[in-house]
Amino acid sequence: MTVQIAGVASTQFGEHPSSSTRELFTDAALAALADASLSPGDIEELYAGNFIGDLIDDQAHVGAMLADYVGARRAASMRTESACASASSAARCGVHAIEAGNADVALVGGVEMMHASGIQEVTDALANAADNEYENAAGLTFPGIYALMAQVYMDEFGVGHEELAAVAVKNYENGTANPIAQRQEETDVESVLESPPVAAPLHLQDCCPVTDGASAAVLVSEEYAEDRGLETEVSVAGSGQASDSLALQDRPDLARTRAAERAAEDAYERAGVSPEDVDVVELHDCFTIAEILAVESLGFFERGEGARGAVDGETAVDGRIPVNTSGGLLAKGHPVGATGVAQIVEITKQLEGRHPNQVADPRIGLSHTVGGSGASCVVTVLEGGA
Amino acid sequence: MQPWFVDFAERIDDGKPTYLACEECGETALAPRTVCPDCGTRTLEERRLSETATVSATTTIFSSIPEYADETPYTIVVATFDEGVRLTGQLRSDGGEIDRGETVTVGAEERDDGWLVTFAPVD
Ligand SMILES: [Zn+2]
Repeated sequence: MTVQIAGVASTQFGEHPSSSTRELFTDAALAALADASLSPGDIEELYAGNFIGDLIDDQAHVGAMLADYVGARRAASMRTESACASASSAARCGVHAIEAGNADVALVGGVEMMHASGIQEVTDALANAADNEYENAAGLTFPGIYALMAQVYMDEFGVGHEELAAVAVKNYENGTANPIAQRQEETDVESVLESPPVAAPLHLQDCCPVTDGASAAVLVSEEYAEDRGLETEVSVAGSGQASDSLALQDRPDLARTRAAERAAEDAYERAGVSPEDVDVVELHDCFTIAEILAVESLGFFERGEGARGAVDGETAVDGRIPVNTSGGLLAKGHPVGATGVAQIVEITKQLEGRHPNQVADPRIGLSHTVGGSGASCVVTVLEGGA
Repeated sequence: MQPWFVDFAERIDDGKPTYLACEECGETALAPRTVCPDCGTRTLEERRLSETATVSATTTIFSSIPEYADETPYTIVVATFDEGVRLTGQLRSDGGEIDRGETVTVGAEERDDGWLVTFAPVD
């Protein structure tokens, strides 16, 4: 059963001090339903990612809460959690439900409210994605883990901070054209290098911001779309998910994300495509180094050559393989539990030809979401022209 | 802090750190495992870990979690033991600097809320 994307939406990413987890998700869900020309009563199953709500809101059982407030309290519902890949896992649940013939309509998405808490509390909550004993107890923060990966990568391949900074420069520029993006200012290499250090060698502009945001997508079976006369152009061609050791220290190569390689291989095989077929990509640039590792894991660059993408313009909107035309996590923002579906929202708009940084006639789009330092990865391949 | 980690750190503090080796495939790992993470068999044997290791990666933390927020900046070290396992800890060094490839000795410090693994350079 082919799964099609009937509607997508994200809220504005940034600060929503007067909203809440349930309200912000409802905003995204209702906008996605309107985009699909469907209503809350049509939802049979609902899967939503949320990472730190238990800690920030003192509220678990988030799946049922969101279904309730979206107006689908009779639907099967569940909150999914795989750290920063939580929403991608939600999307996979919805895809599986429809592929298996168990449902015709699934609302998938995610939400995270991060701004109300202080930076230390958020840093503490995000650190829960790492190994509490082997990493957090040593005082290793989340940016710190990526800093370790960056140091090894830069040392082994002779890459400088300037080349990492080129990723931020590209994604900030893309973000200025995206109305929902949190960061609406361009930057330059010098500004990245001179921003305050967070975890050497990473500085503040190497890191994604703290973001409130929600995203949603309405998935339907092909048959249902025909019966209801829905205008669907994008289908899910295939997805893959893989894991790796929870702690970075347990990986043979510290500067390589093997879960991403495995998830990508699986997704490409299921979709019947290869990296050369991909026209537009949203990938997990939680830090500048993460984009470089990702373009290699996904097969767009040879190992050790990923930095070339942003430096030479190969990953620009008009480049060989456009990456993060939305501004990515670095500029669009990273509401952790929503990010995977936020990426699907952006790719869907690209394949439908209505993206603010539109790529010329894309047919195959790909999203890549990493949980933690790479212990989880989900890759989803979408196809236009359905 | 989990009881298994307290046990792990106390063994380091006693100068008798341990690791796990798979008798089936040779993979090495750290507690608390029953199953070999590589081959899936339950043939892990506890062995003594050497007390020195080689620095594989370092970072200096400038912005931290509440527990360590008042101690920034401090340096994190990931070190690889000859037996193959890696471990993460904080640098204890007068100069405060360390490079990849340098030799360090492992230690453990008891804090208010648990144990902290440390590494100090070997002169
Ligand atoms: Zn084994």
